Amino acid sequence: MSEFEPVIGLEIHVQLATNTKMFCGCALSFGEPPNTRTCPVCLGLPGTLPRANAQAIHFGLMIGIALGSELAPRSIFHRKNYFYPDLPKGYQISQYDEPLCRGGHLGDVRIHRVHLEEDAAKLVHAGASGRIHGSDASVVDFNRGGTPLAEIVTEPDVRSAGQAREWLTLLRTTLRRLGVSDVNMEEGSLRCDANISIRPIGATELGTKTELKNMNSFRFIERGINAEVARQESLLRGGGHVVQETLHFDPRTEAITSLRSKEQAHDYRYFPEPDLVPVATSQAMLDTAREAMPELPAAREQRLQGLGITAGDARQLAWRTELGDYFEAALAAGAEGGNGSAEAQPLANWVCNELVARVGEDDPNASKVRPDALARLVVLVGAKTVTVGNAKLVLDRLVAEGGDPAQIVESAGLGAMTGGDDALDPVVEAALAANADAAEKIKAGNMKAIGAIIGHVMRETKGRADGAEVTRIVREKLGL
Amino acid sequence: MTVGRNPSSDLTTLTASAAVDAMGRGEFTAAELFDAYRAAATADQLNAYLWVAENAPPAPPQDAPLAGVPLAVKDLFCTEGVPSQAGSKILEDYRPPYTASVVARLQAAGAPLLGKTNQDEFAMGSSNENSAFGPVLNPWDHRRVPGGSSGGSAAAVAAGSAPWALGTDTGGSIRQPAALCGIVGLKPTYGTISRYGMIAFASSLDQAGPLTRDVTDAALLLKHMVGQDPRDCTSIGFPGEIGRPAARSLEGIRLGVPEELTGEGVGIDAGVLETFNATLKLAESLGASVRTCRLPHAQHALSAYYVLAPAEASSNLARFDGVRYGARVENGGLLGMYTKTRSQGFGTEVKRRIMLGTYSLSSGYYDAYYGRAQRVRTKISEDFATAFGEFDFVVTPTSPTVAFELGAKTADPLSMYVNDYCTVPMSLAGIPAISIPNGLSEGLPTGFQLAGPAFSENAILDAAFALEQAIGFRSLAPVAARSRA
Repeated sequence: MSEFEPVIGLEIHVQLATNTKMFCGCALSFGEPPNTRTCPVCLGLPGTLPRANAQAIHFGLMIGIALGSELAPRSIFHRKNYFYPDLPKGYQISQYDEPLCRGGHLGDVRIHRVHLEEDAAKLVHAGASGRIHGSDASVVDFNRGGTPLAEIVTEPDVRSAGQAREWLTLLRTTLRRLGVSDVNMEEGSLRCDANISIRPIGATELGTKTELKNMNSFRFIERGINAEVARQESLLRGGGHVVQETLHFDPRTEAITSLRSKEQAHDYRYFPEPDLVPVATSQAMLDTAREAMPELPAAREQRLQGLGITAGDARQLAWRTELGDYFEAALAAGAEGGNGSAEAQPLANWVCNELVARVGEDDPNASKVRPDALARLVVLVGAKTVTVGNAKLVLDRLVAEGGDPAQIVESAGLGAMTGGDDALDPVVEAALAANADAAEKIKAGNMKAIGAIIGHVMRETKGRADGAEVTRIVREKLGL
Repeated sequence: MTVGRNPSSDLTTLTASAAVDAMGRGEFTAAELFDAYRAAATADQLNAYLWVAENAPPAPPQDAPLAGVPLAVKDLFCTEGVPSQAGSKILEDYRPPYTASVVARLQAAGAPLLGKTNQDEFAMGSSNENSAFGPVLNPWDHRRVPGGSSGGSAAAVAAGSAPWALGTDTGGSIRQPAALCGIVGLKPTYGTISRYGMIAFASSLDQAGPLTRDVTDAALLLKHMVGQDPRDCTSIGFPGEIGRPAARSLEGIRLGVPEELTGEGVGIDAGVLETFNATLKLAESLGASVRTCRLPHAQHALSAYYVLAPAEASSNLARFDGVRYGARVENGGLLGMYTKTRSQGFGTEVKRRIMLGTYSLSSGYYDAYYGRAQRVRTKISEDFATAFGEFDFVVTPTSPTVAFELGAKTADPLSMYVNDYCTVPMSLAGIPAISIPNGLSEGLPTGFQLAGPAFSENAILDAAFALEQAIGFRSLAPVAARSRA
């Protein structure tokens, strides 16, 4: 039987970090006591009316610009009607056939549309199941209700769980860079659904899709998609067929359960929201959104590569905004220092490898290593004032205590010994004497044997000697 | 003709404008006026009130333009701490935490809240028989309906238990009861008055307006109602100011009589048509020209309206689910609670319209019903725009009949819907229209409707004033009829 390929489209809900809710003046909630960030409008009290949040529209336009979308000169809000206790009006105000943004792409995935809507409230179910069925009682916290959401819908361009994860990482970085959202999956400010189907490789028709709902971490998304693709494959290989339905993935058990089938799908009875006027996107709104655009990760990655930074480091710096910012600050500090600036690639290497190894996922800008200090350390390494090995010890000290790298080198006696340094010659001479076998092998042309000599010198000098310099002196002494 | 009145309620025979003037001359105080009306409202026999203020409000500021003349307010306007039930059991004794913008605006102008008036449930009805709190009686004949849905407001003003009142008009709910009770009712241009705090029936049609004893009062109340409200983004305010009407002639005014709404086969009662034609003659004698005009799509207005309004209503009324406020009937799980709460909380007509609206918005039917009705609506707007190229106003009888007897039409919803035949087209077009008392037929009031282009309220009020003076009708229902109960 033929091999299958997954066809995946993603729907991402992003809570926008606006000052107030989508359709009322309530401040957004960050863990306040339940139902303290509410007003008659977001509680859906009789007689109240929504008014659209201009900042949310501004953020929506910025997202559209970042994704290269077509920005609608006029877009409208619709009502999406269904009953649920987390929906106080009995409908969600969303956008339907006239969204704010259409089309575009991010990386290799095309964007279908971006639209604005309001978040639902939060239900808390008392009882063992933790879900509404079988719960003893359910209570509603309306703090979250009405939080602005941007829904980003991709075309079905994703072909693997890994690609989905990587692409979502780029999207998250892009949104963070735009400053439009906290993009925190654990806290629910970034949520993802995946539409998944599979088809024989080479086929052009799409298979029947299922929708995997509300996965709340990149890891779960990857595992959820893999599990669903495997489920569909085994269905088809067993002669069965995929049923269009909405599914829930349990990351603990990896079990996939049906939430509702196509027959049970809601008829949302969409119609234009008569309480709101159309969003007319003016030139001034577009100008304001364009002026607010920062450099985006994809562009930054290219620019960094242009500085001679390797593709891997450039991507890491561009996709981890705080890392990129740290790097650029270090690069600029070196340039301002006057006494020789750090070169881009070695500096990038130190940031992406040595510094990340020490600070992990934390923001390096919050560490004790000031960007200018790291830049000076890299200059010291470049000038062979300190060896790479000892520079790593200096970085350990910087991470622990902060300070100036040159002073640490000085006070800890970690400065490199060079040929011009009278102290290195006798050490090399002693090492040759102590390793006569190795010296003979080198003379006979086996340069691998020099390792023993260098190791000896390093032990004696506590790593202050420069390996290349030691090699030069050895060759000189042996008349090679 | 002055019929004997309860002497203590003499103050209640004054129009609001006359009362403002009299208080300006120091003839009585706002507190005395309020007490007189409070007594009349408390003694109301028409079931016009669902709540009456217990205490007199603080004295209005010296310069308050409405000088403390009390105001009756249709139940569906939210009033802080005061029952606001929209005539529905599902909101029984619901007391909102805030006050509707237009009510707050009028209170600030010096019109304190006198009471909340009865209405058809969620403003769905033309007879007030759909109120969960019982029907309102017509002050001219207690066996008859006052019209609806603002029937309580109209009856209270006509009976003298309120100097003036707020109503809402979605398809005729101010104009038709005004006509049937013999008072003035104005539906302003859609968007001139904030809807914030009005419990919604059909958002794209609902509009607040005044019910008053004469045209001068309508202008005065309207003046303090209009204005843009940041809490209602569909509100646009009124360009300029509403003036005091003063016209005595209709010189040069061109009146268009739409064949589609007044012609043969439409079913307007002969007596109603007679008073209408008499007023057209009177208008000509005041200098107006009267000609037939065409509104080619007006005959489809009622059909379009009964798709669009229920569609919006089906969504607007979804919030009454028993979760947060109002009535809740427990019945096992969530779905059981929803269905029982709503089937017991809503009345028959409301449920009928929710069903209609839910159906017409359903996928597969949307284009055939909602989409098509919207296109008809656009056509009707265009019809009016064309007509206003040739005419200053379009005029019709307000209602095809005089007040009918209680129960006469409750068994047949369609015969009830036809009451709105002449008022619905203006609602769909969003244009202003007034109903003024137009003499009696069979001893009962009839109404004359004038509709003009958007924002033509001042011109409408002027023309209505000139006609009112010429017709010479006095708006208070005769006490003899009132005491017949």
